[in-house]
Amino acid sequence: MKKRRRKSKYMGAKINPKYFSASQIKFYAILLPLAVFMIIPVIYVINQAFKPLGELFAFPPTIFVKQPTLKNFKDLFELSSTTGIPMSRYILNSALITLLTILLNLVVTILAAYVFSKKKFRAKPVLFEINQLALMFVPTAVAVPRYLVIVKSGMLDTWWAHVLPLVAMPVGLFLVKQFTDQIPDALIEAAVMDGANDIMIIRKVIIPLTRPALATSVVLTFQQVWGAVEASNNFITDDSMRTLAFYLNSLSTNNTIAAAGMQAAASVILFVPNLIIFIVMQSQVMNTMSHSGIK
Amino acid sequence: MALQNTKKHKTGVRDRREALHAGALLLPYGLLFSMFILIPVAIAMGLSFSYFDVINKPTFTGLMNYIYLFTQDTVFMKKVLPNTFLYALIVGPGGYVISFLIAWMLSQIQALPRTILSLAIYTPSMVGQVFIGVVWKTIFSGDQRGIINNILLELNVIDTPIQFLLTKDYFMQIMILISLWSAMGIGFLAMISGILNINEELYEAAYVDGMKNRFQEILYITIPSMKPQMLFGAVMAIVNAFNMGWIGVTLSGANPTPEYAGQLITNHIDDYGFIRYEMGYAAAISVVLLIIVYLFNIVAHRFFGSKDE
Repeated sequence: MKKRRRKSKYMGAKINPKYFSASQIKFYAILLPLAVFMIIPVIYVINQAFKPLGELFAFPPTIFVKQPTLKNFKDLFELSSTTGIPMSRYILNSALITLLTILLNLVVTILAAYVFSKKKFRAKPVLFEINQLALMFVPTAVAVPRYLVIVKSGMLDTWWAHVLPLVAMPVGLFLVKQFTDQIPDALIEAAVMDGANDIMIIRKVIIPLTRPALATSVVLTFQQVWGAVEASNNFITDDSMRTLAFYLNSLSTNNTIAAAGMQAAASVILFVPNLIIFIVMQSQVMNTMSHSGIK
Repeated sequence: MALQNTKKHKTGVRDRREALHAGALLLPYGLLFSMFILIPVAIAMGLSFSYFDVINKPTFTGLMNYIYLFTQDTVFMKKVLPNTFLYALIVGPGGYVISFLIAWMLSQIQALPRTILSLAIYTPSMVGQVFIGVVWKTIFSGDQRGIINNILLELNVIDTPIQFLLTKDYFMQIMILISLWSAMGIGFLAMISGILNINEELYEAAYVDGMKNRFQEILYITIPSMKPQMLFGAVMAIVNAFNMGWIGVTLSGANPTPEYAGQLITNHIDDYGFIRYEMGYAAAISVVLLIIVYLFNIVAHRFFGSKDE
């Protein structure tokens, strides 16, 4: 009933429809093949990772695995132990670096977002404008000067070289700040009346109310840190301090037959944590995105 | 606003203390931001006027690097710059238009299929550099086991496998395809939620006022109502296009790429900075890159920025 009445009133605007209607078929006709095109390469590599040698080099090539095996993963772990640095070491390095970066990023971002959203001081518009400009920052453009900063500050071959360059993330700050803007000033005012200081306000008001934006910041930081190879490539010379992404990346330059399966296995190891974290936080991310606009 | 009004009686002292607290809270971010973004950009600008080989102290050479770049460096003028513009225009604005259209179509279907399809389309943007390299090198592999070569051979389009990643013929097209494939990132997510958050009454009103079709609807209601998300998406699209600069080198396994077919400005920087150790010259190229990115950004703000700022 209701549906028919709406339809007679106006033809368009079927944004976020509750029911399926024939008019949606044309969108599915485009979106479904597109989604398949997007996801097929990913599915292909996941299948590669579980293929035995015979299937990897079967002719003609197949996408789906017929007799899945864990041999590629075993080979990968065995190969790394022959080079003196076991895979577990790289995994541990990457996990610790990622964890530390995310934690520092959260603290630093929350503090800065609170200031940009709720404090008033003269330099604020200029400083925020600089951060806006930095949204389009291209790190590879200044790889050389970054290297010089690392050298001059004595961070070469230290854990800090992995962590600190990725802590200040302009996009993360921007998203959390936009979200903090939604918190009414009256709420903070009330907290001040009750004698709360800045740190207490952040802990009791800001953090609980900006959870979705903070989750988004975690997702984005994770994606950047977990797959990062810049620090291992340029700032670290000690192999035992390099990351999983770096090690797996160095494998992919090796093009021998047996390496193909291991490369796929390596890709899967790098990809799965990303996917899990995104799926878990997906609704939070979408919630944040509705406040992501730049005015 | 309200916060300020209630405290009007002791403004002077209060303001100063507020500013001090604000400064202290901002310090950690500001420090790291300066160290790894602001200062490197400043150093790049400074070094761009010098000759610097990492070992000896930089010597001031004035505009020499820039003059050489635009008059002597034929690789830069003939290959790198045209490549970069072609690539950035298709992957940046092109990818942006595509991601808007996909986001719009996704908003026209029900929530559950939308979530599933969005995830499938978003996934390539989060898989990371290593994964992209492995996938596409296998797909475009130059022997008959490469998926694309295999299909073409089966269909009798070609007789012998094509060396996709070692010759210049298809190199740029492949780079663009892969970059578009992985371009549906957070800008894309922002646009989906932007479209979904538009007040439905706006559409109803417009149809009452005589709006005729979906195209007008997009042009007069959808885009104007989500300008802020459009701008965020545009900035993300530009950044993505320039940050994907490594793709050519990853595919071919060498810098420079085959006959400079996929040589982008970021690869040129790496070539001079980390292979030839001509840091001053590399810095000058970096400055040019930053200016190009900035110009793209200004255009995006022209289209979608609000006038009052």
